[in-house]
Amino acid sequence: MKTLYNIPLNKSCTVQKLKCDGPLKRRLLDLGIIKNTKITPVLKSPSGDPTAFEIRGTLIALRKEDASLIEVTELENI
Amino acid sequence: MKKLHGLDYTIAFAGNPNVGKTSIFNNLTGMHQHTGNWPGKTVSNAYGKCSYNGKNFLLVDLPGTYSLMSNSSEEEIARDYICFGNPDLCVVVVDATCLERNLNLVFQILEMSLNVVICVNLLDEAKKKSIEINLELLSDLLGVPVIGTIANKPKTLKKLLSVISSSLENKNNNLTIPSKLKYSPKVEECISMIEESIKSKLPDEKQYLSRWISLKLLDENISINEALKSNLHMDIDNDSDIQEKLNQIKSNLNDEASSITSIRDSIVSSIVSEAEKIREKTCIFANSKYNLKSRKIDKILTSKKFGIPIMIVFLAVIFWITIAGANYPSSLLSNMFGAIQDKLLIVFYNLHIPEFWTNLLIYRYVSNCNMGRLSYASSYGYFLSTVYFA
Repeated sequence: MKTLYNIPLNKSCTVQKLKCDGPLKRRLLDLGIIKNTKITPVLKSPSGDPTAFEIRGTLIALRKEDASLIEVTELENI
Repeated sequence: MKKLHGLDYTIAFAGNPNVGKTSIFNNLTGMHQHTGNWPGKTVSNAYGKCSYNGKNFLLVDLPGTYSLMSNSSEEEIARDYICFGNPDLCVVVVDATCLERNLNLVFQILEMSLNVVICVNLLDEAKKKSIEINLELLSDLLGVPVIGTIANKPKTLKKLLSVISSSLENKNNNLTIPSKLKYSPKVEECISMIEESIKSKLPDEKQYLSRWISLKLLDENISINEALKSNLHMDIDNDSDIQEKLNQIKSNLNDEASSITSIRDSIVSSIVSEAEKIREKTCIFANSKYNLKSRKIDKILTSKKFGIPIMIVFLAVIFWITIAGANYPSSLLSNMFGAIQDKLLIVFYNLHIPEFWTNLLIYRYVSNCNMGRLSYASSYGYFLSTVYFA
């Protein structure tokens, strides 16, 4: 299954599962990353690592390690 | 604390990071707590006083948090103050431009506090982004007073104070009933299993915390046990009744192929989806492209092609300012002081002021570079003091 890290810029996807536990999972859930949340990667930093995602109307930057813990399914382009 | 200072009420200010809590706090108290346009500026509680209509308030500025559930230190500070610091009222400051994210914290505070006022700040920013919020509907849905503010417009803050003070007057009548979030049936079932035994252990004035503590125990939030022990002398780890019920819940859940982790996820998910529903009902985005402009600037500043060159140009400019650019204003200053010094010398000479005072006053304070005269003045002072002590 694809993870959020593999999604190209400006392509929307929805969250299926968080492959982590404990405080990190709690943190991601607190940011509103729950099942079926729509997420769109919108910006990449020059080095390509932290990527900014639009999540529930706010911009949130996630590291590669954290983004690859989020399993998603791609949405068809609207 | 409040009784010591002759204050009538304590009011806690909670909210997400970077929503303007400290700005509101400073404008109400006239204090100068350091504010900064980055999250996490306030890491411990700050106290300040303010009065309205003859009532004195002690305001407490809590560190900004997105939630009160994970275990960072500022979340614990905020949580412990709201639960056990006995504030008379808790003001939750929320950001009008991203209400949905802020509601997560609002729901958590509604669960653990009796008297809550929501303050929707940054209305001016929201207006710029053409976001409209139906504050009355929001107030109805949440069951608590909601006021819109702009932190640096004193008029809007007056309104906040008047709502705070009328809410405090109604405190004993319980006119405002914060709506409690309903969780999934499974979670509610678990809560009802444990809530009664917790209620029986809680002191009378803290009965209202029973539901919240039940949730935290289901959540296996260990830090809550510590906090309860030190603040309410309630020892949950060694309470056989509660531990037994918790174990029972856990074993029940394991039977039904839904583990305790799924309960935890379900608690958070309920909050997030409720926040989404409320946002859908109360917010109108007149212009869906509202953050396109700042997004475009971000895109240029962080792009591979321009990002690093722009940063290098900025660094070069700062480097130039510190090495060469600063000489312009400093030579200007020294010329100015030099001119004043000459004028003053003429004045002093005409007034027949002794040379000692001329040296001390002019060379010491106007031009610090004349070290010879300065040391003359200070050795003279030293001589004087030795004479006195002798």
